[in-house]
Amino acid sequence: MSSEWPLWEVFIRSQHGLAHKHVGSLHAPDAGMAIKNARDVYTRRNEGISIWVARSSDIHASSPGDRAALFEPSNDKVYRHPTFFPMPEEVKHI
Amino acid sequence: MPGHGQLFDYLLRLGDNGLVLAQRLGEWVGKGPVLEEDIASTNVGLDLLGQARLWLAYAGEVEARDGKPGRSEDQLAYLRDSAGYRNLLLVEQPNGNYADTIARQFLFDQWHVLLLGQLTLSRDERIAGIAAKAVKEARYHVERSTDWVVRLGDGTELSHGRMQAAIDALWMYTGEMFAVDATERALVDTGIAADAAALEPHWRSAVQAAFDEATLAVPTDSWMQGTRERGGKQGAHTEHLSHMLAVMQSLPRAHPNAQW
Repeated sequence: MSSEWPLWEVFIRSQHGLAHKHVGSLHAPDAGMAIKNARDVYTRRNEGISIWVARSSDIHASSPGDRAALFEPSNDKVYRHPTFFPMPEEVKHI
Repeated sequence: MPGHGQLFDYLLRLGDNGLVLAQRLGEWVGKGPVLEEDIASTNVGLDLLGQARLWLAYAGEVEARDGKPGRSEDQLAYLRDSAGYRNLLLVEQPNGNYADTIARQFLFDQWHVLLLGQLTLSRDERIAGIAAKAVKEARYHVERSTDWVVRLGDGTELSHGRMQAAIDALWMYTGEMFAVDATERALVDTGIAADAAALEPHWRSAVQAAFDEATLAVPTDSWMQGTRERGGKQGAHTEHLSHMLAVMQSLPRAHPNAQW
């Protein structure tokens, strides 16, 4: 039966988290039940205050084979990191 | 002023409903129709078990008020025979197929959420407090079981047929939920218990609304089991409860005071 139900990806926003984080996936016939199931499968231990679900088939991912082309060019561009600014002594916690 | 015995009895009714239904739901563990549903229905069972512990622990304290040694929640759960149980006949009915389980849950949840809502207004602060905690859980339970009734009722021909058959088979156990006996009457009159009879019109309209959406027919009322002060609330149970208790109680009875 479960093989007939589509797969959903679940994202939970935790108590102190600002963004929803991917926590796993589950099967459900529609979005409403996916949220209910996510509540029961992923928030039993008080993990979250908000749930997103998205059909797994609607999520498009970068290809692992493209890793070199996509990410390696930024390796040698250290000037893109904001580490070259002199910070005033008085400013703490940055 | 109603005696402690009546309050004790009423607390057993509240606690035993949760305990027995939790045990029934527990029988599905590892055998649910899908993994997600297995976890979800077990969660509901654990909620009900948690509520049962609170009711039975309080019952034990009330029992001790008469100078008797009050029993602990475990003693009450594991060392009473079926005639000592005070749950509704509805909740002890076997799991059957999944439509049977959902129908039992739905009919109970719709009543339970109304009952707990009323009990939050109880003059007994302890009852009001437990009810306030439990009603939040019950609101989710009723949302879930109603959802399933609609899905199965308004689903395929097969699921519709099974859902209707399940409702028809369990309908005769619904009358007991609204039957008020002398024990309850005395506690209602003092503002401690909820008046179950007053819940019936609300229950009927909620059930009707769900059945309309689910394209299910409300069964015609026929003989209702367990009314006339001879039902689960008075300790007269169907044959199913003893079998269930035999499984549930076998370990604590074979190994008294076992710790793990």
